[in-house]
Amino acid sequence: MLYYIGAISLILIGIYTVLTKKNLIKIVIGLSIMDSGINLLFISIGYVKNATAPIFSNASLTADKMVDPVPQALVLTAIVIGLATTAVALALVIRLYDHHKTLNINKIRQLKW
Amino acid sequence: MRKAVSIILLAVVGYYLFNVFLNMPFGEKREGVGKYYLENTLDETGAVNTVTAIVVSYRGFDTLGEVTVLFLAATGLGAILFDKRGKKRRHQYASLIVRVTSNMLYPMIVLLGAYVFVHGHLTPGGGFQGGSIIATGVLLMFMSYRKFEANHTALSVIESLAGLTFVTVGLGGLIYGSSFLYNYLPLGQPGDLISAGVIPIIYIAVGFKVGAELSGVLDTMLKTIR
Repeated sequence: MLYYIGAISLILIGIYTVLTKKNLIKIVIGLSIMDSGINLLFISIGYVKNATAPIFSNASLTADKMVDPVPQALVLTAIVIGLATTAVALALVIRLYDHHKTLNINKIRQLKW
Repeated sequence: MRKAVSIILLAVVGYYLFNVFLNMPFGEKREGVGKYYLENTLDETGAVNTVTAIVVSYRGFDTLGEVTVLFLAATGLGAILFDKRGKKRRHQYASLIVRVTSNMLYPMIVLLGAYVFVHGHLTPGGGFQGGSIIATGVLLMFMSYRKFEANHTALSVIESLAGLTFVTVGLGGLIYGSSFLYNYLPLGQPGDLISAGVIPIIYIAVGFKVGAELSGVLDTMLKTIR
């Protein structure tokens, strides 16, 4: 249960950062925090009490003493996609900085809300 | 004003999220597709690591899409940051201690990355993780030596060959088996290095591809620093 609370808190912190911060780099960091929160949420959904990782590394391990492997496989995908989106977002930030010479979204007229 | 609006929005989103997860059982045994995978992976794929079996075999097509997304991101990054002036990285003067240590660490980091993706079907790890480890080694060298250049031709050759290997092995499944990415090679003894049919081949290709792509991304981003 604590894992759910922690993961949802991370997601909320990420949304708060994206909504209130004015520095573009901080907004990208906020997106990244949200990403981690969602990954933690997925992993904790697959958790089973007193179970091990889903790897049959020795014969004494049986299938009913393992956590759910599907969320782990999905999160493996999500981490890589998160990395790719963060890289592209940072590249856009670099370009915006080159163009406007500032990272403050209030000074970049088109991004104001 | 903006903060107040944001906090009200967060309160609403948080309330509903907590409500959803309040009713979701935590830490209990689950039925369904996860159980099926756990019980049948060893017989069907021969891979010891169930997560690898799901990523490469059961959901292999999904992984092909994921690799494509990563490739698109790397290409898009290059397109966004493309500059006609041939740019060099800014002169960075790393100290002697940093240079000597990274000289010693770099081969070991690459070796660890290769170990992680070669043993992807046996131990925790796999192509994506191993590729990322190799990219961190390359980043260390970028940070210590300003003359350490990435050979972009070699990187794209490695990337294309790895992608081709993935697709060719997958198409082999159509010829020798029943479906794309069918596991048509002998499964071998679970737990051996050479086992689990096509899974290690695909994961090694993914490892090369991810390592080359991430190194290219790092090089592109570092070249924009002035």
